Amino acid sequence: MTRDAMKTNADCVIIGGGVVGAAVAYYLAKGGMTNCVLLESEYLSSGATGRCGGGIRQQWSTEPNAQLAMDSVRIFKTLEEELDADIEFLQGGYLVLAYTDEDVEQFHKNFKLQRRLGLDVEILQPAEIATRVVRQLNTDGVRMATYCPSDASANPFLTTKAYAEAASRLGVEIRLFTPVTRILRDGNRIVGVETERGVINTPRVVNAAGSHSVLLAQTVDVQIPITPYRREILVTEPLERFLDPMIISFSFGIYFRQVKHGSVIGGFAYPDEEPGFNEESSVDFLTMMSRKLSFLMPALKHVKVVRQWAGLYDVTPDAQPIIGETDGIDGLFQASGFSGHGFMIAPRVSSLLAQLILGQKPDLDIGRLNVRRFSEGAIDLDHSVV
Amino acid sequence: MKDDVIICRCEDITYGEIVEAIDSGLTTLDELKRVLRTGMGPCQGRTCSRLISRIIVERVGGEVADMKTLLDRPPTMPVEIGILAGEGNEE
Repeated sequence: MTRDAMKTNADCVIIGGGVVGAAVAYYLAKGGMTNCVLLESEYLSSGATGRCGGGIRQQWSTEPNAQLAMDSVRIFKTLEEELDADIEFLQGGYLVLAYTDEDVEQFHKNFKLQRRLGLDVEILQPAEIATRVVRQLNTDGVRMATYCPSDASANPFLTTKAYAEAASRLGVEIRLFTPVTRILRDGNRIVGVETERGVINTPRVVNAAGSHSVLLAQTVDVQIPITPYRREILVTEPLERFLDPMIISFSFGIYFRQVKHGSVIGGFAYPDEEPGFNEESSVDFLTMMSRKLSFLMPALKHVKVVRQWAGLYDVTPDAQPIIGETDGIDGLFQASGFSGHGFMIAPRVSSLLAQLILGQKPDLDIGRLNVRRFSEGAIDLDHSVV
Repeated sequence: MKDDVIICRCEDITYGEIVEAIDSGLTTLDELKRVLRTGMGPCQGRTCSRLISRIIVERVGGEVADMKTLLDRPPTMPVEIGILAGEGNEE
């Protein structure tokens, strides 16, 4: 967004122009730290953010994840006003389908937990799905469902852009097409960032580069346990509005929704996907996803697929993000490993991380998300990852 | 060119909208696509990309030949879900 010379000194450099990097930049500036630079190797949301489905789900199986998502929805609800931009936020709900005994057992546990936290989630019998939520769904094999009307969706490109522009208005320098070659440390503290366009001296770095965070951390001899996995997705031609909720199933393996523009967008996690940075589209995905959609919503058989693409999940051993300071290196903050659900918790997580960077006590303790948990043993796996 | 001339025919995006977006800092085909939807329609930018490249050059300089093109994403032409699912074209 700026064409003049890049800053050479900053209070904080954020690496990664996805939703998390842009949001952290905004919350830092809002909290008073305006002398920041956001570095992005390509353009805003060119990585995982811009390739995601845009769902915002509060129905999680662990309390901390549910809490972060619920807090994020509260922020999302007024975000368009706060950032002065349209982000296509819609509370169309999430319908989660159970097909197996394990699903049914887990869903009842989730329901109890989520209700205790105050979430407006309810249990639906298969017959109620057509009358209450979506008429066109084939419920063959569905044992039960949970439905949360306040679950939501938004446009990931517009959300990232809105955060970045708001940050820019507060004084943050946004540098696109500026790849970082390495982070610079002097002993146990951060001293700068080296880019292809020069060095920025800074005592603080936020590593928010998705799967590439691993490689950046390695430049200062830090190992973070993130594995990239390709995830594929497709989009159809636009249709008249007929579907408000996101429909998902962990056991059937699918998520899909209708975006504001009218297209149906959806994907699933290919179970045998090999880890790696592969972002190619595959024919297998296209045909398998088409079979899933044809089965679940036969009316879609005559709807055309316009495009498919792929992106990377940055997966951690417990499918929860890595947020916070790095032991042994003052000034290095991690914000990655979102494992496929970064967009939906970005507002809350980013504002909490900004508080930590600003030297404040975060409103909600995020110590459990620190990378040190992996060297301490016991981790708490969330079962609600699609 | 008049502001109301349609440049992206799939998504009805006008010259005026494109110029406004470029002037706001979106100076690549990829960025314009993600914000304006130019190239997200059924033709995937085969009709409008060259025109938009020329408008970018007109506003910010550079050469059309040096501009990074949009990735061609499969399927090349829109295809019905039922056909992709291998269910043929039965009515």
